[in-house]
Amino acid sequence: MSGVLHLGVLSVFGDAIDFIFHQQEARTGQTQVGGPDQVLHLTGQHLKVTFLALGVAGAIALPIGVALGHVGRGEGVAISVGNAGRAVPELALIAFVAAFIGVGLLNVTFALAVLGIPPILTNSYVGVSQVDRNAVEAARGMGMRGLQIVAKVELPLAVPTIMAGVRTAAVNILATAALASLAGLSTLGDLILGRNVYGDAGVVAGAILIALLAVGLELGLAGIQWLLTPRGLKLTRAEASA
Amino acid sequence: MTAAVVQLAPPLAQVTIHNRTGGNASCVAQNKVFCPGWAFDNFDRYTTPLLNQLLLVVVAVAIGFAVAFAFALFSHRRRWLIPTFTAATGVLYTIPSLAFIFLLLPITGLGWTTAIIVLSVYTLQIIYRNIVAGLANVPSESKDAGRGMGMTDGQLFWKVELPLAMPELIAGLRIATVSTVAISTLMVFANVNTLGAPLYQQIDFKTNIVIAGVLSILMAIVLDLVLLVAQRLLAPWRKPVKEAMV
Repeated sequence: MSGVLHLGVLSVFGDAIDFIFHQQEARTGQTQVGGPDQVLHLTGQHLKVTFLALGVAGAIALPIGVALGHVGRGEGVAISVGNAGRAVPELALIAFVAAFIGVGLLNVTFALAVLGIPPILTNSYVGVSQVDRNAVEAARGMGMRGLQIVAKVELPLAVPTIMAGVRTAAVNILATAALASLAGLSTLGDLILGRNVYGDAGVVAGAILIALLAVGLELGLAGIQWLLTPRGLKLTRAEASA
Repeated sequence: MTAAVVQLAPPLAQVTIHNRTGGNASCVAQNKVFCPGWAFDNFDRYTTPLLNQLLLVVVAVAIGFAVAFAFALFSHRRRWLIPTFTAATGVLYTIPSLAFIFLLLPITGLGWTTAIIVLSVYTLQIIYRNIVAGLANVPSESKDAGRGMGMTDGQLFWKVELPLAMPELIAGLRIATVSTVAISTLMVFANVNTLGAPLYQQIDFKTNIVIAGVLSILMAIVLDLVLLVAQRLLAPWRKPVKEAMV
């Protein structure tokens, strides 16, 4: 019995891989679905809206969070935004934007950006406000002014915390971009939500692709974080964990 | 429990306009921002999704907590295991929940089992990290005092370390619970009739979206407050931890 189950499971995953690499007839007949062309197109669409939304979220949240952290005010706001963000159901957000504002790339980008703002805002606030005050005083003693201190001392030292927020936002946006199909934008979510057209093979193929993209995005951002982290900070961390 | 499960047709096929009678018909026909009359007349259709979602969240967080606590207990005296557990739960946390549901499709099918697996796996990372952080923050003086009183390792853990780690532990549970409430709406795609079901079935009906969205957010707020009160009772000597998403 368990052997049969095992083979069945394997065959669905096999069909899913086949769906990614070979075009086939849709479950509904008539049209051809799957294959590299469609998969690449949907992946491109998925990544496009993900990066657009992440860019918008970063452009809004990062300056606000860093500014609040720099002046050391608005802790309540910065933390509450982060906490409130977690309570918003992704499905309700997409439904809300589709019903109240509109569908399509622009509106979906807006919805996803709203989702990405809280973790970036909270973490950039926390990261900057937790920078050692002695380091800031030393910079001031060297003659640095406000913006110089932000750019040369506070931001570099806050990189690990800020990037943790960016990674949370990125993965959350990428995950929710799968729901964009409900708001008139084709993404890999089309495969997952279109079981009657794509069959189990297409659904599982979509799930595999989205999971791989999420892990890839997380690793890519971890790499960027490593590049952005000042060498001195990496040394301190290595000593701390040793 | 089976009676509560809606048998959904393949998702896209079942987006149909459901009964929108009751209340002020013209308000509904014009799809205004919120039709109080309709909401009043049709509120009962949200009770089953609401209760299902509550049950799903409580079960998933309870299982997630039990597993994360077992991990934390196991790695407490084997500290070299902590990075491994953190990385493993981190990878699982990265997989989007919607994708996770359908990766399980060939294995557990769709339904409550799949929904509970996905949601509880999602809580592991947050709860585990917070328990570990809480245990790491226990002052060594307290542990020394316990040892000096002749406590065994087990007594030290249950009577000194765990109570002192309680604020962080509950902070982790609060984050996990609030996130789980939000994600559980997506479990409509695993064929569980949560508040995601009305959202998905009538995605263009504004009043419906307001009701289902607000109910889900209220559930998150109420459960968060319940845990906050629990923490005040369990660890009255410390203020709640303000947890940032670090």
